Amino acid sequence: MNVSLLTVVIFLPALGALGIALLVPKTNENAIKWIANAIALVDFALSLTLLRGFDSASTQLQHVTKVSWIPQLGVEYFIGIDGISLLLVILTTGLGFIAVLSSWTYIQKRNKEYYATLLLLQTGILGVFVSFDFFLFYVFWEVMLVPMYFLIGVWGSKNRLYAAIKFFLYTLFGSVLMLLGIIALYLANFAETGVYTFNILEFYRLTLSPDLQWWIFLAFFLGFAIKVPMFPFHTWLPDAHVQAPTAASVILAGVLLKMGAYGFLRLSLPILPDATRQFVPMIAVLSIIAIIYGGLVALMQKDWKSLVAYSSVSHMGFITLGIFMLNPIALQGGIFQMLAHGVATGGLFLIVGLIYERMHTREIARFSGLAQVMPVYATLFAILAFASLGMPTLNGFIGEFLVLVGTFQESRQYAFFAVWGVVLAAAYLLWLFQRVMLGEVEDDEIAGLKDLNLREAMTLIPLVVMAIFMGVYPKPFLEMIEQPVNAIIARVRPGYFDGTGVTPPPLPSTPDATTAALPVDANDQLEDLLQQQLGEPDNETDESSEK
Amino acid sequence: MPDFLDLFWLIPLVPLVGVTVNGLLGRRIKSEKVIATIACATILTSFILSAGAVYELAQLPVEERHVEIVLYEWIPSGVAHLSDDALYAESATFSIPFAFLLDPLSAVMILVVTGVGSLIHIYAAGYMHGDKGYYRFFTYLNLFVFFMLILVLGNSYGLMFIGWEGVGLCSYLLIGYYIGKRSAGDAGKKAFIVNRIGDLGFILGIFTVFFTFGSLQYLEVFERAQEFEVGAGAITAACLFFLIGAIGKSAQIPLFVWLPDAMEGPAPVSALIHAATMVTAGIYMIARSSALFTLSPIAMAAVATVGAATALMAATIALVQNDIKRVLAYSTVSQLGYMVMACGVGAFSVGVFHLVTHSFFKALLFLGAGSVMHALSDELDMWKMGNVKKYMPTTHWTFLVGCLAIAGIPGLAGFFSKDEILWYAWSGPHGHPIFWAVGTLVAGLTAFYMFRMYFLVFQGTSRMDPQVEEHAHESPRAMTVPLMVLAVLSIFGGYIGIPGVLRVGPLASLHERFNLLEWLAPSLGGESHAAVAAARDSLLASAQPAIGFLQEAEQVAEEAGHGLELVLMLISTIVALAGVGFAYFIYVKMPRRADVLYQRFQGAYRVLWNKYYVDELYDALFVNRTKDAGDALWVIDDALLDGLVNATGNATRRSASASVAFDDMVVDGAVNAVGDELSRSSRILRGWQTGYVQNYALIIALGIFVIISAYLFLP
Repeated sequence: MNVSLLTVVIFLPALGALGIALLVPKTNENAIKWIANAIALVDFALSLTLLRGFDSASTQLQHVTKVSWIPQLGVEYFIGIDGISLLLVILTTGLGFIAVLSSWTYIQKRNKEYYATLLLLQTGILGVFVSFDFFLFYVFWEVMLVPMYFLIGVWGSKNRLYAAIKFFLYTLFGSVLMLLGIIALYLANFAETGVYTFNILEFYRLTLSPDLQWWIFLAFFLGFAIKVPMFPFHTWLPDAHVQAPTAASVILAGVLLKMGAYGFLRLSLPILPDATRQFVPMIAVLSIIAIIYGGLVALMQKDWKSLVAYSSVSHMGFITLGIFMLNPIALQGGIFQMLAHGVATGGLFLIVGLIYERMHTREIARFSGLAQVMPVYATLFAILAFASLGMPTLNGFIGEFLVLVGTFQESRQYAFFAVWGVVLAAAYLLWLFQRVMLGEVEDDEIAGLKDLNLREAMTLIPLVVMAIFMGVYPKPFLEMIEQPVNAIIARVRPGYFDGTGVTPPPLPSTPDATTAALPVDANDQLEDLLQQQLGEPDNETDESSEK
Repeated sequence: MPDFLDLFWLIPLVPLVGVTVNGLLGRRIKSEKVIATIACATILTSFILSAGAVYELAQLPVEERHVEIVLYEWIPSGVAHLSDDALYAESATFSIPFAFLLDPLSAVMILVVTGVGSLIHIYAAGYMHGDKGYYRFFTYLNLFVFFMLILVLGNSYGLMFIGWEGVGLCSYLLIGYYIGKRSAGDAGKKAFIVNRIGDLGFILGIFTVFFTFGSLQYLEVFERAQEFEVGAGAITAACLFFLIGAIGKSAQIPLFVWLPDAMEGPAPVSALIHAATMVTAGIYMIARSSALFTLSPIAMAAVATVGAATALMAATIALVQNDIKRVLAYSTVSQLGYMVMACGVGAFSVGVFHLVTHSFFKALLFLGAGSVMHALSDELDMWKMGNVKKYMPTTHWTFLVGCLAIAGIPGLAGFFSKDEILWYAWSGPHGHPIFWAVGTLVAGLTAFYMFRMYFLVFQGTSRMDPQVEEHAHESPRAMTVPLMVLAVLSIFGGYIGIPGVLRVGPLASLHERFNLLEWLAPSLGGESHAAVAAARDSLLASAQPAIGFLQEAEQVAEEAGHGLELVLMLISTIVALAGVGFAYFIYVKMPRRADVLYQRFQGAYRVLWNKYYVDELYDALFVNRTKDAGDALWVIDDALLDGLVNATGNATRRSASASVAFDDMVVDGAVNAVGDELSRSSRILRGWQTGYVQNYALIIALGIFVIISAYLFLP
């Protein structure tokens, strides 16, 4: 078989990790760094080529690979992308590269293990966003935990072990329950169709009893809510962020949290529409609490990084609110906010990391007048902060604004409370900015700080450019997700589009298997593999290669 | 055929060029001259483009005076279900195009923004000379002009919101421009956050409009608004939300507290942003939405009341302030209240008229104050000035013109617009004699405190620090020339809106040619709801009744025999002159009187000096409570929520060690015997069992990875 482009995008980082782990000597740190950066950059570039010929008007999956994996259980290696997945994949590879690049001098020990782990993490996250087999999804979901655990536990700061274990147990707890839900779904599907399959697209067609939906929803909810994290399951987040090395924070805030939100909109909404509607009030209230609560707690943080972490709780509240308003505007806003938050908050964590590397402290009170000694740094921080607090023409505005519009449609009360998050965001970010950037330079250590060097600036500038571009011209992003969003809404809220003149597209349906069933003979397998590696032409069909 | 009209979308974008060049390269460009030239050139270009476009707009017949240009689709989103109040349709697609609208109202606004803006840019080139952040200053200033132009040129509430937030951002950056100064940082942050509270109202207003009308574009919204009855709930809600936004931006009660603090910014910033343009955005917004406001008597009453109360309150505070810029700041708040009141009584065009004249004389006064500060080593306390006229003749006479204009001395700009407001406060469709009385009182107070300032600064004997006095000098030409131009505008700017009673002789023919109120009528289609009701057919037709409204008002005046208008005018003039005279009496003629008055009214003085303790009240009620809430929640988060998690963890650990103990003693005892034997044979495997969770986990991860790859690549 041909290895599809999408498969390459997903597994290239893991192969790189393997390569670094096995082939590069530990002492050759420069080679390790260069290889890791090159792999991350190539992966990003490859993910961009997925855009070529991508049909955003269609809700059907594209770049599909679907082969049987564990036939006894009906498990398949089934990956593909629609507009939502594609954007998240690009976000992941983009931030992934920036995370790798930002580690150049930050990481002082065990470089080899570090870069291997970081790359392995990327494969895990990418896999979640493209898997349409629930088993495969779960595998990636879990695999991703391990490298993150190491990143926090080995390369974190003082309290790293506590944070790492807390992170691991918290999320493991959530995913175990999710696994129960998956199994229930698997069995229910068998009961209904007589086929053992984990195919998510097949699950979309199920009509489960509301009772069963309710239980499965609850199981999924815990898994996803912890990941997001939603109030009151968020307490692992500040610890994990504060202790994690910069790159891990960037990935954590930028994409890892989005997995929870992604789970909701890809799985809970279309598979369990009845239960979803039942849970709306609860989740809406929790989201609004998160928005306001996160903002208030962020306001009073004394640690720079923990402030940004709590701001994430608040921003993620907008995302879950947007998803559960169950209308296309709010859902588009929520998805856009996932991207925007990844860019802006990812950037804000880089900002903290850059100063931590210089001063080895993150205590806000310790800083003052940085703008005078580091003007470039201050400017980039200002733009990202304003992006994060929702300044129109920057990306944070578009998502939150659309979420609020959609929320207003469903409930003015919700909108009224949620909108206070916008005021709080201005308060905690501007206060932070004032305390650390403005004022007099108070001591020699600050006076002696150097502004960003080229590599450091290059980690931030792409994010700043993106923040502006997405704010000024959000159209391509919104168009990319428009049809998938409409399909989800039509499923979770039948009748929404009646009388509006809009015909919602169908949810994606299962494509034909892209390759024949598994060959039995192991020798054949080996041969195939050799053939691939030798680059021999292969005439088996693969949708992605046609694109 | 018209050229400038095709190009008017460039007007906001040209200053963006200045932002880009100065922002990215400013640090490399060492020359102040180059930086200032770029900044001033971009905005002068905008001014020329504006003037050309407005001229061409004026050539069009009245009913065609609205030109829209769509640049691109900004936020295209999904289908929305409109609210039950919506008459127009049940659903609509949410979409905001990036598009501009040039009509009489935005025409006036862009002329003010680019015209006054150009003068202030030129002035700033001199004023900021030698400042370390010269390029930064002009980058921000150009960025401000860009957003302000978006605000007034946008064709929808969505675009207005971009500008609205954008100017707030620039205001934040410019108030806190002196980055080493703590109070400046505080003031900038305060301005932004207080404004955000107002913005919250604006956002909710935008939502209400969208879900009522299915659109955010002015022309569509106002056309559909005609289908609603006077007093419709949705429209009242939208208007009250908008009012909250206007209260924030235009510093009205109860959100005015940020503007006086905003004086921490450099003087040109105060002149441009906190006097002439940004703070008038609230008035612009209300005037722009006049078609909605006139449908809601409740909202109109609220607008008029807020305006009148603010005008009065701020004027009283200004009476006792000693900081030259703070007096001007409170005066600005008060004058903005005047404009808001004008809108509230239904005279939107008059409010905009005052906005225009105010931008002339208040910019003049701020720049004049800046010029004085420039000469006196940044001195702000008026009691440390006196007889400054000796050193600064040009600043002196231009400042005097500004004071005369704002005091409402007949013949100058402020007289015309202020008097129109007072007349409509009495006679307007939503007017009431109480509004007139408050307005007249405020006029008297204004004349008093402005001339108190004038006399303390320029007349009398010098109280300057000798060292300061030694260096006192007239400002450079870059600063005085804008002052002179503004002085001329402050004198003649009022003749574009001559009150009915004065339209005699040459003034009548001037009135025929330049009449701002009539010019604005098509934009302010809903001047009177009676008129709107008469013209439900189309938006364009609603221009007619607006003009009709003016004629109607004139009829009222004529019925009252012009006599009433004349009497009211006379009263306000006398009151203004009395204010000036009183100030002269106290601060020049008998300087000791001030002390006597102070002793007599100590209590009142203290209240005014402390600005009615509003800041303290807000700190106690909101700011500190918010921080307390943050602290309390943080404790909850740390102790309760996290405590629960940790307690679960601990419990698990304890039960685990209990199990271990049980295991060791009971189970293991039996097993050990067998185990000993086994362990001997299992030494080989022991190497694998490092006992570290990490290692196990890594093996699991790699194992999974290998399995997947095996199945993937070995099909």
